[in-house]
Formats: sequence, structure tokens, C-alpha cells
Amino acid sequence: MDKQIHVASDSAVTHSQGVTRRGFMIGSLGASVAMAMVPAALLGGCAEEVLNTQPFEPTVWYSIDPSGAISVRVTKAEMGQHVGTALARIVAEELEADWDAVSIDYVDTDARYGAYLTGGSWSIWTSFDQLSRAGAAGRVALIAEGARLLGVEPGKCVAESSQVVCGNVQISYGEIVAKGQLSRTYTDEQLASLPLKDAKDRKLVGVDTLALDVPAKSQGTAIYGIDASLEGMVYAKPLLPPTRYGSVVRSVDDSAANSVKGYQQALVLDDPSNSVPGWVLVIADSYHAAQRAAQVIEVDWQGGATTGVQEADIFARADEQISGGEGALVLDDDGVDAAFESAEQVLEARYTTNTALHFQLEPVNAIGVQRDGKWELHTGAQWQSLSMPVYAKALGEPEENIVMRTHLLGGGFGRRLNGDYGVPALLAAKALGKPVKVVLSREDDSRFDSPRSPSVQHLRMALDANNQLLGMQHAASAGWPTAELASFFLATGSNGEKYDPFSINGADHWYDVGAHQVRAVMNDLAQQTFRPGWLRSVAPGWTNWASESFMDEVAHSGGVDPLAFRQGLLTAEGKNAGSAPNAVGGAKRMSNVLARAAEKAGWGTALPQGQGMGIACTFGQERAMPTWTACVAEVSVDADSGAVTLNKLTIVIDAGSIVHPDGALAQTEGAALWGASLALHEGTTFVDGQVKDTNLGGYRPMRMGDVPQLDIEFVASDEQPVGLGEPATTVVGPAIGNAIFAATGARVRHLPIRPDAVKQAISETEMA
Amino acid sequence: MAVTLKINGGDVALDIPNDTPLLWAVRDELDLKGTKFGCGIGMCGACTVHVNGVAQRSCITPVGSVADASITTIEGLSAEGEHPLQQAWIATQTPQCGYCQSGQIMQAASLLATNANPTDADIDSAMGGNLCRCMAYTRIKKAIKMAASRKALANNVGAEVTLG
Repeated sequence: MDKQIHVASDSAVTHSQGVTRRGFMIGSLGASVAMAMVPAALLGGCAEEVLNTQPFEPTVWYSIDPSGAISVRVTKAEMGQHVGTALARIVAEELEADWDAVSIDYVDTDARYGAYLTGGSWSIWTSFDQLSRAGAAGRVALIAEGARLLGVEPGKCVAESSQVVCGNVQISYGEIVAKGQLSRTYTDEQLASLPLKDAKDRKLVGVDTLALDVPAKSQGTAIYGIDASLEGMVYAKPLLPPTRYGSVVRSVDDSAANSVKGYQQALVLDDPSNSVPGWVLVIADSYHAAQRAAQVIEVDWQGGATTGVQEADIFARADEQISGGEGALVLDDDGVDAAFESAEQVLEARYTTNTALHFQLEPVNAIGVQRDGKWELHTGAQWQSLSMPVYAKALGEPEENIVMRTHLLGGGFGRRLNGDYGVPALLAAKALGKPVKVVLSREDDSRFDSPRSPSVQHLRMALDANNQLLGMQHAASAGWPTAELASFFLATGSNGEKYDPFSINGADHWYDVGAHQVRAVMNDLAQQTFRPGWLRSVAPGWTNWASESFMDEVAHSGGVDPLAFRQGLLTAEGKNAGSAPNAVGGAKRMSNVLARAAEKAGWGTALPQGQGMGIACTFGQERAMPTWTACVAEVSVDADSGAVTLNKLTIVIDAGSIVHPDGALAQTEGAALWGASLALHEGTTFVDGQVKDTNLGGYRPMRMGDVPQLDIEFVASDEQPVGLGEPATTVVGPAIGNAIFAATGARVRHLPIRPDAVKQAISETEMA
Repeated sequence: MAVTLKINGGDVALDIPNDTPLLWAVRDELDLKGTKFGCGIGMCGACTVHVNGVAQRSCITPVGSVADASITTIEGLSAEGEHPLQQAWIATQTPQCGYCQSGQIMQAASLLATNANPTDADIDSAMGGNLCRCMAYTRIKKAIKMAASRKALANNVGAEVTLG
């Protein structure tokens, strides 16, 4: 695997501040002055030369021109989180920039900018310190040069609103750039010793603003990947094979398509990267012509091995694997076996989740073209650094000869971490010698989505005679996206087996449960049948469903209030004590958000017959970056039909410092409703090796009329900022399941929760 | 197979088949990219335009069926993108990814044209066919109400109102 990805990936997972030694450099770039993080080894060079030719550290580069305009380069995908605004605010805060002078430049791929990855709710967490120090370094340099130009002592100057001020004289940043000599470097140590503001002195971070990407999105002028257009391009719609892998085209009969105006040809792709095996592209003058021709072209495929796979087969395989003891031990405390052997009582439950689709509203698409000896891919993407080597392999070209042109994303949610959709565009452009725009129909997009894998989990709790917890076992089987696409991210369990951390995150919770064992199992049948995807939050979409439902079951089994039960396990002792900088306070902060959510929701108040409240919590994704999140769901259940109405969600989040409060709120509103939608409205199954529900007739995300009342609160905090795009997604499902139990006494253990299942659970309760 | 369309106040002649969906004529023949392709079956609303002032799904509307009608896309809703709904969309910071929002705004404009002061139920009903995958629904509703109230205010006092 590419070394560059390794470095950035490691830093993203294990550190909030990069692992490479770096420095900071300020120098001329044309008429402007550039300020950038660079590898420490380059600090000895001429600033102008380095800044014009050498690689920068990821994400940190901004420039100021003689008019004072400040441009912040952003390598993150803009997909609804207003990430460019938040990142630019962090720089501007310490730079003491006039916010009105700041703009964002979403840059194309360039090895000089380091790795490109937008996911994991990591953008702010991984960038906050670097961006703050980059801003501070610029400020210090501008003050020094401004003071020199003013003929005053730097120590008597302050920076404010893009000006260096000394008493009653001042000089603007633009003038300093125009008249001054800004050339300076900082070592890692010098950067680390730069004074950063106290939280109370912040003027931009933590203060609401209008996101810079919103106006164009309200006026119809925002340009997404699907809106890109190149001179002389042709359009392509794929014809997809019967299986994701292993299908081979035997023959293509396009005779009926020849009468379709604008139809050009059917192109069988030969893909050295094996990203799109068995795909045929219908090429035409227009997309509509390609669609029309696609309807009458007959392709005969030799299907792959998974043409007969059903969702139930994937579940059955998972049960077999879990029962057979397969998988990697992610946690394996001493004494697990002893705990279960000595237990007075063992509680067990099995939880399942169906396949779920990203269904990002802009179907995946891309334009491939070769221009001036370079291959270009015009598309929206979340993990360009992962896809570039794949494109290089597909084209048989070195990566340096490929550039991805950046566009807005009509939804990401993890779908566009997997860049498979760029491959057909490049292959077709190569085969045809002209620009080709490939657009998947909605049905195509759903069929070969990288869906959230179906999952099966077995949970067990050992209790003594006094109902005290002695130990817990949690085994989860699912398809692993990371195993398929990013194997460098695999971790090793205590038994030496590899595992995908992103497919088990969440099971390593912050409760004291005695001896704790977590086992992650890769469902090989799932892996063969489809390409598992990272879907908003990934594993906690299933692990948290299981563990937070199970906590509720164990609490009720012992006759304990589920809130009090959780609080009793959140002692913040031992491994759950937390550590600086990311998890200061540990499990106590979870206890705090639970208490606050319960208080806000009126936990414990009597509700009418058929209504109930359920509580749940999540720490987001990784223990290394906990976002302390609690939710109370309030539901009404119609016992006759089993229909569940979600009345209200109360959510309290402690995410440390919040950079862009209204953006954080918007992300949480969306994530919470995603959670509700995945719990009550969405979900599909594999039938004969394919996704069954490929459009909105069968796949039904939440609509406006289904939206519950939302009450969302962030805990005021100056701690390290952590992630916000995902955590609320996975706390809602178990809160709803627990609320259904509170309303009816019936326990549901499968996502999505369908009325029939609720009705069935109620009837079983009545019979018991 | 030329078709003449009246779009955003102008006439355009296109050499495309009559059964071409209006969506693709608008996007790829006329290069008006604000109207989006989402589902292709009229169920997500991303492609919503106005036909004689009424919201319609352009992805399932053959151009031949609207040859005599007046069509408005998001680009034609207001000259400077300052329709009260667009201002309210910005004031409430409604868009996330933004991909559905042209359709949402066109649908909402059609609602407000016939119902100047919609109730929550009216809004749910009118907007139920417009999917927002980011699920920015609470803000969409808030923005529609804001635009309705500002519009009502503007009508009452006979003055332009700028949303902050």
C-alpha cells in the first residue's frame, strides 16, 4: 500500500495531531504569500522554492493576496457538513483574520497536499490543532513584518480583523503582503510553543456563522459531480452483471438499439483493477439515448458464484461462524470463562440487522478524460487517496498521471469512500479516446451500492446471585468494508486473527461489565456477494443496536431502571477512566449526557397506555475519539397493527469544543433522523444475489411527515473537539427499541423494526 | 423531431425526441444544471420544475407533453436567486449536501402560490414527495414558514422585506 496513505491513515486513527515531523513555512507564491505546513526535512530550503514545488502536510495551506483576500485550501469533501467553513474558521480564529475576506478553495488531487480522506467524523478532530497553529504562525509573522513596516515594536502590536495595530496606527494584512518581505519557517517545536487563544477569547470558533456553501445550494448554482460537462463528451449508462464479482460477458446483442437515435455502441469493459467486472457501458450522444438503448440491449452473462444467495443465507452463515468460535478477539479480559462458569444466571440475546443502502441522492457518476497527457476524473469523492491507486491499476498508468477534479457531493454518507464508479469512466475514456460521462441510474446505484452489511450478533451476560455483572461476551458477524478495500486498516486481535476495527467499533463500550470479551467475525458469504460499505458510523449501526438493546434487557431482567442501571456501570474507573486529550473524564461524561437527556425528556414520568420512553447512549465510533451521546426516544405503539410512531427524540451530546454550532446542530438533526429512518423506514434484503429494493417504491427513507419532535443540546465544553457527523445515527435505533419495550413489554431484536415484528413480539409477550 | 419549449421566459427549439424527459432536455440540452436527477421515477422530487406555475416531476414529463406550456426551473424562479424561499433557505441554513434543494424550493414555491399561509399538515402533505436524504426536514419546514410569514408581511405593508 502507498506509503502516503499509511502515514495519514495512522495519524487519523491514533492521533489527533499528525505523526510525521513537520514545520511551517511562509513565503511568496506569485503576488501572494502562502503559509503552509511542510515536512520538517524541507525547512532548510528556500521558502519560495519549497512552497512552489514541494509537498505540504495535509489540509493546511492558505494564502493571502495583496488585496487581503485569504484563501484556505481544503482537501475535504463538501457533502453537507459545511466542512470548508468550519476548517477555515479554525485558521481564521488564530490568524485574526477578517472573516469576510476568507474564501475556500476545494482543491483537486495533488500529491503535494498529502492524503485525501473525508470520513469517520474525523475532519475537525484531526485538523483542529494543526489549523490553529497554522493560523497562529501566520499571525505572528504578520505582526512582526507589520511592525517593521510601521516602524514600531512587534511587542506593542496586536492583530485584529486582518490588521496589525499599534496604538493609533495600523497596517492591513493585504498591505503587509504587498509591501513586506514575508519569508519565515517554524520548526515543530516552535509551532508547538506558539501561543493559542484561551477558549473564552475565541471570536469565530464556537460562534455561529452562515456556511459558505449554502447560498449556491439555495439558488441552484452549486456544481456537483453530475453537473460537470466537457467538450465533446459522450454519455454512458452501465448494464450491470448479475453478481458483484465473477460475472463474465458471453455476448452482447445491440441490434434493437441501432434504431435508438443517438445510440453509439455497447462497450464491454476490460478492467485490470477488477472493480467493475462484467460491466457493459451503453454509449450514446445523450444520457436519455443511453437509457433508451440500454432497455433493448441483450447481454448474456455467465454469472458469478453468488447468484443464488439470499439474505437468510448470510444470516445463517453468520450464526454458523459465531457458534463455531470463528473470528478475532478484539477484547479478551482475563477471567471471561471463569465469569460464565461461576455465573448464577446467564442472559443471552441474538440481534440482527438487514442490508441498508446509502441512497445518497446524487447517483454515483464520473467523467473520465485524457488531456495533455494526463488522465482526469471529474467526480465527487470521499477518499481520493484510496481510489487513485485503483485508477492507476485500471488504466495501467502511474498515479502521477492521474488527477481527480473536485466537485460537491450530492450526499456521501460513506458511499463515496469507495471510488469504484470512477473506474468505468476512465476505462471508457481510454477505449474511446474521448471524454465519457458515466451516470448510474438510481437502480444501478442501489444494486451495486456498497451497502451496510446484514449483521448477526450474539450477546451474553454473566450475573451472580445478587444480579451483579461478572462478564460479558459480544460476537458480531458482518461483511467488512475495510477488508475488501483498505486492508492496511485491519487490526490484529489477541488471538492473532485480523479484524476490521470499523466493523466492530462500539462493542468496546465504556461500561464496567466485569470480564469483557468482544469477537469480530467477517461474514465471508456477505463478502463474496457484495462489496460491503462504510455507511454513516459503520459498525455502531449494528453493534450499538445490540449492546444498547441488551443493556436494557439486562436492566429490566434485574428489575432495575435502565437509566440507573447504565449510570451504575459508568464508573469511569480503570480502562474507562479516559485520558487526555480526547477522552478527558472518560465514562463520567457519558453518565452526564445520559442524566441530562433523561432530565430534558422527563424520564420517569408516566405516559398513557401504548406509549413509552427508551434510553440509549453511544460514544460515536472509536474509543480513541469518543463523542458522548445520549438519546431518549418517545414512541406510541398501535398494539393491533404493531405500527410504531416516533413522537420525540431528545439528544444530548458532549463533543468537546464545537467549532460551528449551527452546523453541528444540522449534522445532529440529520444524523438523528437517519437513525430513525434506518430503524423504522429503511432496509432491504439480498434476493438471488442482488439488492431487492432498488428505488423508492420499495426503499423508503423517512419523509417530512414522519419527522418527530427534536430536542438537541450540546454540552458546553472546552475539551478537544471530536466528531459530530455520525454519532446520533446509531443511538436512535436502540432508544426506539427500548421505548417499544417500555410501551408494550415486547422486545424487538431486529433492524429495521417492522410493524409485523412488533405485533409478533407483542403476541409472544401476551402468550408468555 | 424538433420541440419548442418555453423555459424561464424564453423560447428554445430542441432537436430531440418527443418522449425525452424534460429533465434531460433541461439539464443536458439547455445546460440548466440546477434541476437534479435523483430517482428517475418521480418519487424523490429532486427534478421538480414548474409547468404553468405548478410543481411537476421533470424526470417523468416527456417534452412533447409540455410544448405549449410555460416551464420554470430553479434558475428562472427569480432573477438574482432572491426569491423569499431562497432567502429563507439561507437564513435557516437549510441545505446540507443541497442536492435536493432546488426541487424542495420549487415544490414549496408551488405550495405558497396557492396557499399563502400553510399549516404544518399542509406543508407535510405538499412536501411529502420530496426526499431530503440529509434529512434537513425540520429546517425545510421552518424555511417555508419563514418565507410565508415574510411574504405575508411584505404584502401587508407593501414593502420588500429582506431576510437576515
